[in-house]
Amino acid sequence: MTIDQPRNDKDGAVSSHDGHSEVATRDGAPAQFENPGLPPHVHRAGDHDEKAAKRSERQVAALFTMSMLGTVLFIVSYFAISADDVVTLPLIGPMKALHAALGTTLAMSLLGIGLGAVHWAKTLMSDEEVVEERHTLRSPDEARDGALKILEEGAESAQLKRRPLVKYTLGASMGLFALPLGLQLVGSLGPLRRSKVVGDLQTTLWDSKLPNGKPRRLMRDPDNTPIRLSDVTLGSVFHVLPEGIDEAAHPQNEKVKASVILVSLEESVIKSAREKAWGIGGVVAYSKICTHVGCPVGLYEQQTHHLLCPCHQSTFDMTDDCKVVFGPAGHPLPQLKISVDTEGYIVADQGFKEPVGPSFWERS
Amino acid sequence: MSALAARRRHPAALLIVLIFAMAVLGGLYAVLAPKSADAAEATANSGQITAGRQLFISNCASCHGSNAAGGPAGPSLVGVGAASVDFQVGTGRMPLQQPGVQAQRANKPQFTQAEINQLAAYVASLGTGPAVPPSQYTNGGGNIAKGGELFRVNCAMCHNFAGSGGALTRGKYAPSLMDVSGKHVYEAMLTGPQSMPVFNDTNLSPQDKKDIISYLKNVKEEPSQGGHNLGLFGPVPEGMFAWTIGIGILIGAAVWLGRKAA
Amino acid sequence: MTTSRPADDLRKDDKRDEPKGNGGPAGAIANWVDERTGAAKGARFLMKKVFPDHWSFMLGEIAMYSLIILLLTGTFLTFWFVPSMGETVYNGSYVPLKGVQMSEAFKSTVNISMDVRGGLLIRQIHHWAALLFLVSIMLHMARVFFTGAFRKPREINWIIGLLLFMLAMVEGFAGYSLPDDLLSGTGIRAAEGFMLSIPVIGSYVASLVFGGGFPGEAIIPRLFTVHVLLLPAIIVGLFTAHIILVMVHKHTQYPGPGRTNKNVVGFPLMPVYTAKAGGFFFIVFGVTALISGLVTINPIWMYGPYEPTMVTAGSQPDWYMGFADGALRLLPGRLEFTLLEHTFVFNVFIGAILLIPLMWTAMGIYPFLEKWVTGDNEEHHLLDRPRNAPTRTGIGMAFFVFYFVLFFAAGNDLMAIKLHLSINDITWAFRILTFLGPVMAFWITKRLCLSLQRRDRDLVLHGRETGRIIRTAEGRFFEAHEPLNRYQRWPLVSFASHAPVSLPAGIDRNGVRRRKAAADKMRVRLSHFFFNDRIEPVTPAELEAAHHHDEPVREEIDHTVEEARRLEGDDFGGKLHGGAEELSSSSAYGHPDQR
Repeated sequence: MTIDQPRNDKDGAVSSHDGHSEVATRDGAPAQFENPGLPPHVHRAGDHDEKAAKRSERQVAALFTMSMLGTVLFIVSYFAISADDVVTLPLIGPMKALHAALGTTLAMSLLGIGLGAVHWAKTLMSDEEVVEERHTLRSPDEARDGALKILEEGAESAQLKRRPLVKYTLGASMGLFALPLGLQLVGSLGPLRRSKVVGDLQTTLWDSKLPNGKPRRLMRDPDNTPIRLSDVTLGSVFHVLPEGIDEAAHPQNEKVKASVILVSLEESVIKSAREKAWGIGGVVAYSKICTHVGCPVGLYEQQTHHLLCPCHQSTFDMTDDCKVVFGPAGHPLPQLKISVDTEGYIVADQGFKEPVGPSFWERS
Repeated sequence: MSALAARRRHPAALLIVLIFAMAVLGGLYAVLAPKSADAAEATANSGQITAGRQLFISNCASCHGSNAAGGPAGPSLVGVGAASVDFQVGTGRMPLQQPGVQAQRANKPQFTQAEINQLAAYVASLGTGPAVPPSQYTNGGGNIAKGGELFRVNCAMCHNFAGSGGALTRGKYAPSLMDVSGKHVYEAMLTGPQSMPVFNDTNLSPQDKKDIISYLKNVKEEPSQGGHNLGLFGPVPEGMFAWTIGIGILIGAAVWLGRKAA
Repeated sequence: MTTSRPADDLRKDDKRDEPKGNGGPAGAIANWVDERTGAAKGARFLMKKVFPDHWSFMLGEIAMYSLIILLLTGTFLTFWFVPSMGETVYNGSYVPLKGVQMSEAFKSTVNISMDVRGGLLIRQIHHWAALLFLVSIMLHMARVFFTGAFRKPREINWIIGLLLFMLAMVEGFAGYSLPDDLLSGTGIRAAEGFMLSIPVIGSYVASLVFGGGFPGEAIIPRLFTVHVLLLPAIIVGLFTAHIILVMVHKHTQYPGPGRTNKNVVGFPLMPVYTAKAGGFFFIVFGVTALISGLVTINPIWMYGPYEPTMVTAGSQPDWYMGFADGALRLLPGRLEFTLLEHTFVFNVFIGAILLIPLMWTAMGIYPFLEKWVTGDNEEHHLLDRPRNAPTRTGIGMAFFVFYFVLFFAAGNDLMAIKLHLSINDITWAFRILTFLGPVMAFWITKRLCLSLQRRDRDLVLHGRETGRIIRTAEGRFFEAHEPLNRYQRWPLVSFASHAPVSLPAGIDRNGVRRRKAAADKMRVRLSHFFFNDRIEPVTPAELEAAHHHDEPVREEIDHTVEEARRLEGDDFGGKLHGGAEELSSSSAYGHPDQR
């Protein structure tokens, strides 16, 4: 129904003041204002002026035509523009012409329809408000009672109450039937043996020697070449992986744990005796995996000797056992004990003395 | 006046006030933010080293000491090599404009390349150090893909995947590499200026450095694949764009849609 | 009022003239379908449905349309994407990656971006639509919260909406992770760290999810199934329920003249909202396509493939995961400790695992908490203006500020380089703001709401300031006020102001009901927290009184204006019957509530 006349609706005035209906009248005035009803309708230009309506019609048609043009241009661009063509656009600079053309023509095709339809609705379709009544959502008592009665009769007919054994066994079986499915999922998604799960977190490739029994050398990442002690000049930083990582069963899994950063410090700035002992004259190696959530901690600041993690800004002091000096990490980066082999290359003497990477329940 | 007063309750008034306040704050920041001083003047004489020494005495000695052996405010330059001088002075970091957590690159170096060469020659004469790299390694033309891989292992954690720069601790930062010449990139790797560690030729061979420089050159020069790159800073500017322009346009459309036509 | 014939009548005429089942081919098909389904009954009901016009009601529609765009473009992407972590070497057309070792997933994503014609456009539409999907969900939720649209009967839909929001976030994260690029790989790496932080079972959870150690070969295929099958199915299902409930409840509306709790005033689905909502879908799609054509998103070819040893500065998740990432940046490392030979990783666990369930539980509980405090059991279909529920609005803003402090903390590194600040200082500032910000936001918002309500009262009682100054014969200055008409007045006076409840007498003496008594006490305390500071709507009596109060001044002004009109012949005086404010003392009219 459409409304032309302002009207009063007492329901609204009352229901919007639920629970607040004390009658406080002074000088005989009502307690609340009354809803004045819809204000008089204000007509649009096109409602009376056929010229304006005609103009709207043309605008809508123009927008729909723009859409068709966009569609055609999209198809033409798709076939005509080479993937290598470059176009220079304002604010953007040089970019791939095909991408720009497809994006803008698709937008034109879609926006033409959208803008046209909305403009049509706004200017030509009736803009007189329609009022729809609401009804309480609660079912009438009769319907509720009826539903309840059917339920009760059904339960009675199924003898649910008289045969408790059926009821309880049904309940138990319904409660348990998901277990096999859950078990299959949990049991088979991944290994669950403690030795495998926790053991995997606690060991790295550095713990094992090469197949020929030699200790693993520190190799440049990604070139996979060994490093001489003399290569590591003061202030240098080398990103390191263990020798033989490509021969491991799961190289990626090993990289995650075995990644190491090798840094040359002035020996005099090192505060920790252990750190000095595990390095070679100021050249020290630490796990590169953040002890927070495992990002590679690669940002080495040569002057402050701090290592910063780019993910959550945990900061480690390389002169003091890589202890945490700022940020969310909870414990220091583990150090890798290194020495020089007979050919002058840096090797790892032993694995890390504690698990690398993020903490876990069984870590300590 | 009365028209203005009548409209001060207009919903747009708050927006206008906000924009105005932001403009004022921005202006204040621009005024108060540090600016580079005028370039110092220096004269060059004949003879690279003597000329360089002259330049050094008048511009650098107050911090680095008259024999470049280090002073109250600057480290010793004995053995840092010509590459270090060419980088620090060539990028305008030295002479230091203002004390701060780190020397900043200037838009324009304070010396001509000839003067920088003289300074470099003088410092190189004090002790052996890395020399200015030959241009065959600094002008690109290397393996872009290899360079990209090396860059992601060695550089991206500080300078970001596209060399857009990143934050270090306590106000220090890894600068953007977008407008840095290949020569200066090479020299920085070689000498490890300020917070940056050293990547000597045994760590990253000259060919590796050439590949990295070629990769950076390609990042800067290749046409954008998908449109405006939003500064190549990853998801943060993308989120900002979605929250401002993206949803802004859509809400604008919704306002238009919900408003009664004239 | 006589106007042109309303559109409804027009349609009635048309129907009458039209013989049944004779509408050409379309009519024949409609007849065929209806005889087999009886669909006309439902269609008639649906097409008559009325939707109120307001821009804020379209926020949910933006989300809905983004979801459709996501389903469409996502289907396209599956035709080329290879969800495998098998190692391969890139040999496609993009030179900067030639010869680089990578996973099949990454390679196929580069192929979509570089070698599939228009593939990058589809990828970018998919990703931009995902960002806009979550932005619009959040704004839609904010609209629902601040207008009280979650109240009875819409609590179920609020909960469904919350679930949709959370699932959309997880869905987004899964999709973001699929290309196996450097950034997303770092994200999955961090996710493994999150799982490891769970007390007791963390290591096993991670092992199950990754099928062993990280990264393994299972995670991308598994995420793919979750991303394209499991979560979309749940999301579409919940979304359908969400929409059906909107139909059942009928849309809420803002208070206004003619709008009551028992009606909906707006436009029918046929034809107006078919055109408006249908058109809006094309607008949302078009705008997303335009953005995707001109602005790069997630340039994975520049990030490069994921390698566990590599990382980039500015490693952030997409924005909707930012708040959790920010929490991780703020939580101090000393929350990790060892007790009884076990490691408690609360520095990670709180931010990465607990935060989201806690926040969502808080949001889910709120409607029930408010209902318990107010004891209000009525249906509410008229929205609250946020200012008329100052405590709720304050709580909402506190929550938002908490969220956004964490959100911005995730960008602390970019803030540091762009604003030339120390990242350590920024982190500390955010740590403090996490606690201080919400408290300040609550207080400021509540005060703002109360003063806005006072302003409303003022407007109703004394009219709108016109900015026109009148000087009376005695030389006093007044600003003329224009009275509100009853249509303007109605939205400002038609709200309920709850009074705080007080304790029913004698309950705490009763030992048996002690527990209930404690709950009652709690309720009273909360009720006072909610409603102690409140502004009542103006009553007709108060308006009457205010007019009396204005009387002497008005007469004086009226006289002045009469004079002016006589001298200058303008119609200035028409606006003056609402009263006036003497400018020398702005408190000339004390408010009844400020006694």
